[in-house]
Amino acid sequence: MRVAVVRFPGSNCDQDGLYSLRGIGIQADYVWQDDHSLKGFDAVWIPGGFSYGDYLRCGAMAARAPIMDEVKRFADEGRIVFGICNGFQVLCESGILPGALMGNLRQKFLCRYVHLDRVNTTSPFTQGVTKTLRIPIAHGEGRYVADKDTLKRLEGEGLVAFRYVAGPGETSEEEFNPNGSDNAIAGILNPKGNVLGMMPHPERSVSETLGSTDGLQILQALKLVGVA
Amino acid sequence: MPKVRVFVTLKPSLLDTAGRTVAGALHKLGYDELEEARIGKLIELEVKDYDEKRVKEMCDKLLANPVIEDYRLELVK
Repeated sequence: MRVAVVRFPGSNCDQDGLYSLRGIGIQADYVWQDDHSLKGFDAVWIPGGFSYGDYLRCGAMAARAPIMDEVKRFADEGRIVFGICNGFQVLCESGILPGALMGNLRQKFLCRYVHLDRVNTTSPFTQGVTKTLRIPIAHGEGRYVADKDTLKRLEGEGLVAFRYVAGPGETSEEEFNPNGSDNAIAGILNPKGNVLGMMPHPERSVSETLGSTDGLQILQALKLVGVA
Repeated sequence: MPKVRVFVTLKPSLLDTAGRTVAGALHKLGYDELEEARIGKLIELEVKDYDEKRVKEMCDKLLANPVIEDYRLELVK
């Protein structure tokens, strides 16, 4: 499997993405947003950052970049598309995933660890997860919102990938769902399960030196998918 | 050159955290009559020729996100 790490002006987790993928033996290379082709790639990684300075809305302009037609094609064809943080915002803005990411409930940029339970158990991203994950978030606009029907559908069809849950010592939802996401949703899947968008950063928890290796539970599973 | 003002507002059902913060500050200043403050965006466009259909297209394609926002146009002569 060869993964395209798509870069927009203002992406800043692109190197982390490439590093974490190559670190577990997955071939990965950068692709610039103005490219029109993903030829030679099997999967797409949309990294975090502040594409286009977060102007207008987070991810809004990146979602309309030339490469996104190819990303949509990959999503439709059932290939792996993985958007993290700003990448999740880009996937929602492009309409590939439903809902939107809005300003954190208490208007504060949050840079801390959260705890995640996988909800979906069958997708390529979640099948290898065996425990509650401790993974960092770093965002100002990560409050997932969707209308009631969409939330009902996501929950009913098992498309909630990860949910914020209480970690050690956390008792209130205010503590463990710090951005105030609807239903404490941290990540969602498309109906086929080949597209995942999530706010927490698995690529920042791939070694003990970084404080956690829990992100590997998500990334390692991608290796099993092989060539799409 | 015709100027168009695009007012983008959050859908009424959605919580506006920034607006809520501003409302809190106004309450602290003693404006007890204030019920709510909501923050939107004003985008001013200058176009060579005004074609409402084209400007709406700009809004639908990029300027507003229909999932969370509404918009209205105002033509300034």
